[in-house]
Amino acid sequence: MGNVGAKEIPQLLSADGRRIDGRRLDELRSITMKVGPLTRADGSAFVEWGENKVMAAVYGPREVHPRHLMQTSKAIIQCRYNMAAFSVDERKRPGQDRRSQEISKVITEAFESVVFTEEFPKTSIDVYIEVLQANAGTRCAGLVAASLALADAGIPMADLVSAVAVGKVAGRIALDLKKEEDNFGEADLPMALVPQSGRLVLIQMEGHMNRDELRQALDLGTKGCREIYERMREALRAKYDTPGRAEPAGVPA
Amino acid sequence: MGKRLFASVMGYATWREPYVRVVPFAGRYSPKPHDVIVGIVQDVQKTFWLLDIDASRWAPLHTSGTSWEPGPGELDQFLRIGEAVLVAVENLDATGKIGVTMKGEGLGKLSGGTLATVSPAKIPRVIGKGGSMIHSITQLTGTQVAVGQNGRIWIEGSSEGILRVRECLRIIETEGQRSGLTERIEGFLRSTGPTDDTGPRMPPSADEDRPDRNGAREEPSGPDDAPDIPSNESHEGEGSWET
Repeated sequence: MGNVGAKEIPQLLSADGRRIDGRRLDELRSITMKVGPLTRADGSAFVEWGENKVMAAVYGPREVHPRHLMQTSKAIIQCRYNMAAFSVDERKRPGQDRRSQEISKVITEAFESVVFTEEFPKTSIDVYIEVLQANAGTRCAGLVAASLALADAGIPMADLVSAVAVGKVAGRIALDLKKEEDNFGEADLPMALVPQSGRLVLIQMEGHMNRDELRQALDLGTKGCREIYERMREALRAKYDTPGRAEPAGVPA
Repeated sequence: MGKRLFASVMGYATWREPYVRVVPFAGRYSPKPHDVIVGIVQDVQKTFWLLDIDASRWAPLHTSGTSWEPGPGELDQFLRIGEAVLVAVENLDATGKIGVTMKGEGLGKLSGGTLATVSPAKIPRVIGKGGSMIHSITQLTGTQVAVGQNGRIWIEGSSEGILRVRECLRIIETEGQRSGLTERIEGFLRSTGPTDDTGPRMPPSADEDRPDRNGAREEPSGPDDAPDIPSNESHEGEGSWET
């Protein structure tokens, strides 16, 4: 890393089907989620996903700041995805660039389909996503963190949004690409799912896949999203499960 | 979705015959008519002030809702940005506008004292059954306390008194789900009582009239105390559970 001269493509898949970090094709990186680390925000969450570290904070519903953005019939959602200067090997020039604007926009749109915005007319729900360390899949990690933060803020939603990236690595469809696989693989497809309804609320792709591969990728991604969804629910429950209190009993997992 | 019920927010779910009630864990203050709340002036307009009441919107306080009669543009002679007032929610319209008034028993500008904040969900606990908790706190600390349903609590008294009230609020906020809270708060205040130099500075008798300043008003919400010990368990809202 940081070795600019080295253009050699690493071997992404070993003979026995293991990936560069030893995972199988359908395996996620390790994930930890913490709900509510920021006490002064209305809601917050910190997600470590592989080598990604992402913090999300939610404020609102509150007064709309640039007043002309106000909508009389519903709340507006304003997401800001931002990468810290130190989040990648080579210093990222601080501030919004085209990439982060795009990601902010697609994440906003993903949430607009689940948040009950009509309940809070003339207000704004502000979501801040800060990427502290990046290793591919930050928009998905950011989406998951923001989703938890929205739930933590008590904002009514149809469901949590879960997200994961799938891709094509050394000719095979793989779940949750890490940096090397993203850089040297053939395709990267981040997606976000509303698990209860099965609706896709974000899907982007870079690279090439044929129709069968795409179908396979979507299936694998859906499976990944559902796995992450369970982790998200656990994380939310963990915030309120004090050791002394009885375990939730009648909740079908 | 068929037979499954989903909550839109995280909260305690309680089943009562055909209904399921979810008491949210988090979320901003949602105003109800007649709630007494503490607002902070955010903006001064020609005929009204805009108050931050920790809800999703600012609430306008019109001059007609006060006993003052400022001429146009003279509003800042009565209330300026940053000052706190005790007001009551008067009306809520469909567009989400929150009308408040300062006319009413005990309402008015809050001068002196300090503000503390707890989660609005914990307010019934701060007041206690029939105002018992807030009565004990004011009695034993020799302070004046006004409790806003929006989670803002105004405290006036000696600095020790204020610190002790703040400590009580912290205890209520962190241990509010346990039973016997009023007794424990009283125990705490009595045990730390030796620092009763609060007495001389602010004779406890002076606060006698305080609890009902708004405490009385709060009582109707007493029944909400009920979910004290959530008989059931916490669910996160997005969760699914069959019904």
